[in-house]
Amino acid sequence: MAELSTSAIQTDYMAQVRQKRIMNTILLVVFIALMLGGFATANDRNAGGFWNGLPMLLDFPADVIGEAYSRAELLHGYFLKYLPSLIETINIAAASTLLGGLLGLVMSLLVTRGLAPVPWMIGPLRRVLDVLRAVPEIVIALVLIFLLGGGPVPAMIAIALHTVGALGKLFSEVNENASLMPVEGLESVGAGWTQRMWLGVIPQVAPNYLSYGLLRFEINIRASAILGFVGAGGIGYDLRNTMSWGQGKFDEAAAIFLLLFFTIVVVDQTSSYLRNRLTHGSAKGEIHA
Amino acid sequence: MSMASLQASTATNFQRKRLMGFAVPAVILAYFAYIFVAFDMGGLAERVSLENTRTLVSDAYSYKTHVTRDNRDGGVSIAIEGERKGRYAEGASPEWVSLGTETLIDLGDGHIVTFGETQVTYDIPGYGLIVTEPGRSGVNAVLPTETVPEWINASKNRLSITTDAGRLTVTRNRSEVFRYAMGWELFFFTLDSPYHGMGFGTLLSHAANGEAGAIWSDFWANKMWRHADVAWALFETILMAFLGTFGAAIIALPLGFLAAKNFTPLGGVRFAARRVFDFLRGVDGLIWTIVLSRAFGPGPMTGSLAILLTDTGSFGKMFSEALENVDGKQIEGITSTGAKPLQRYRFGVIPQITPVLLSQVLYYLESNTRSATIIGAITGGGIGLLLTQAISTQKDWEEVTYYIVLIIVMVMMMDTFSGWLRSKLIKGDEGGH
Repeated sequence: MAELSTSAIQTDYMAQVRQKRIMNTILLVVFIALMLGGFATANDRNAGGFWNGLPMLLDFPADVIGEAYSRAELLHGYFLKYLPSLIETINIAAASTLLGGLLGLVMSLLVTRGLAPVPWMIGPLRRVLDVLRAVPEIVIALVLIFLLGGGPVPAMIAIALHTVGALGKLFSEVNENASLMPVEGLESVGAGWTQRMWLGVIPQVAPNYLSYGLLRFEINIRASAILGFVGAGGIGYDLRNTMSWGQGKFDEAAAIFLLLFFTIVVVDQTSSYLRNRLTHGSAKGEIHA
Repeated sequence: MSMASLQASTATNFQRKRLMGFAVPAVILAYFAYIFVAFDMGGLAERVSLENTRTLVSDAYSYKTHVTRDNRDGGVSIAIEGERKGRYAEGASPEWVSLGTETLIDLGDGHIVTFGETQVTYDIPGYGLIVTEPGRSGVNAVLPTETVPEWINASKNRLSITTDAGRLTVTRNRSEVFRYAMGWELFFFTLDSPYHGMGFGTLLSHAANGEAGAIWSDFWANKMWRHADVAWALFETILMAFLGTFGAAIIALPLGFLAAKNFTPLGGVRFAARRVFDFLRGVDGLIWTIVLSRAFGPGPMTGSLAILLTDTGSFGKMFSEALENVDGKQIEGITSTGAKPLQRYRFGVIPQITPVLLSQVLYYLESNTRSATIIGAITGGGIGLLLTQAISTQKDWEEVTYYIVLIIVMVMMMDTFSGWLRSKLIKGDEGGH
């Protein structure tokens, strides 16, 4: 190796540092320009400008809070009134998570290398999952509302389809880390594909599945509220109705806001607690080969 | 442990496992049964609109051309999907219509509809000639057979015939023929463009002769499919996702430091920052969208800000967790060289967390493209708005299909792009994972 003097190393190092700094500065400038230009464009295309709207930002919340405050004694009555819709929203989320999770489980086993019963189907089925994941729920929901009429079923199907795509991918990543030894053991005693998966793979991955499923449930609660807003039933639908009524029903809107807020917070906290327990529990109880 | 007790405990374990094996599916089934009743799935069969399904499916891959005769003055007009934008110029017609004092419409397979001076006739092979003479007294339909087949709907003032070849409707004031054809009509050029109906080769030679600009502008300004507007809408949607995601990341980074145990010793500040994150996340995109659209009106700015607010909560939480997992040794090392606090953050902390944060932010970029579509559908903006508009007309299903395909392609491209960027920026550096 050639002899390198300290000064040569230093100049070389400084040159490298300078080059890196220049690159970083250029990236930063480009990024800032994109952000500023983007906001300017978005502002131009918006119906109301940002600076014009800013003073009015708190008007609506103030209206809602003011009306709710002036009729505070009615609030708990509204909570009871909208409880059934809230339950419907939660049911949409739960049923679609469950349905999507079960289908996603089957799909994930079909697209995992080493576990798939029909190896050449892996590629096409993965594309199916990609497409399912890429479609926003609202697209399917709106089309289904046209076909099936309003109500919770279109929302449930729409969210379930998206869930299949999302969970199918995550589950298959989990499956890839599963040990194949139990599967081979089961195969050696003549177990069929279903038995191998059910007895050999699922017990290994169940905690991770559950954890991802809970995270999906959090996401799906929000999605279910949004789909209600475009006519698919549940609390979102009531929210739109009270909102479009305008002043005079803002106290009911406030009640719905609160119900929705607390539901989301409670579900988030519960699920994050459960997920923590699941991952830590599995780390303790898991038997490594 | 003795053999017997071991066996006994194994047996109870097995018993419990077996019970669980039945209980979990049973609970799931019971829940689905409850959902079946609660969502009134049994009544779904009645609510399904077969008519709508048929329109949607056939419209998605085919189009119809309307040939309309005004029965009062005898004038004939031809328009694709019956829209003004798709109307043929006076005297022009597709090759299966021959205009004249008597308009002959060839629906194929020997089905011929004739708009005469007073009579409108439909010659159906294997059935016979249907003659009508619409006027003040009704449509005066004469059928070749005594019994009316189920595909003909005849009354005094209205006759409608639906065959595989097309459809004829005659009322007192109007006679209208629909002819169905495969494909998306006028996708490239509308009828008023000179390039309509040209083959690809001819088009290419025109382009080579210096007409490329004209061809492009005719395509881009297509009134039926509005390619320019659609491109803008897609751009707006991606813009919303971009601004929302990165805006949230910029705001959440300093807030993340405030919420991290090892950087903010003050419990009160930490608590406040965390509650801010919980609040932003808990209020949720839907409510932010509603509140913001009241102030700013519909458009991409509202969507960007709604994404920005929700994600500031999510990012803040994730960033603070990443910051709490930072390795202290690197910071100590930097401190030992006499670095000031800001330098410690810059060289001790930022290099450690950048890969983690970037990968999370880029992951959100893809999911926010979907959110931006949804928010656009709620407030009005981007491709979501075009989609809801097309759906609410309840007849432009070919456009709905087109937009859905575009949305899927857009989201997948954003997914690929963010994955590429992630691998480019992080370069296999799995530090922090």
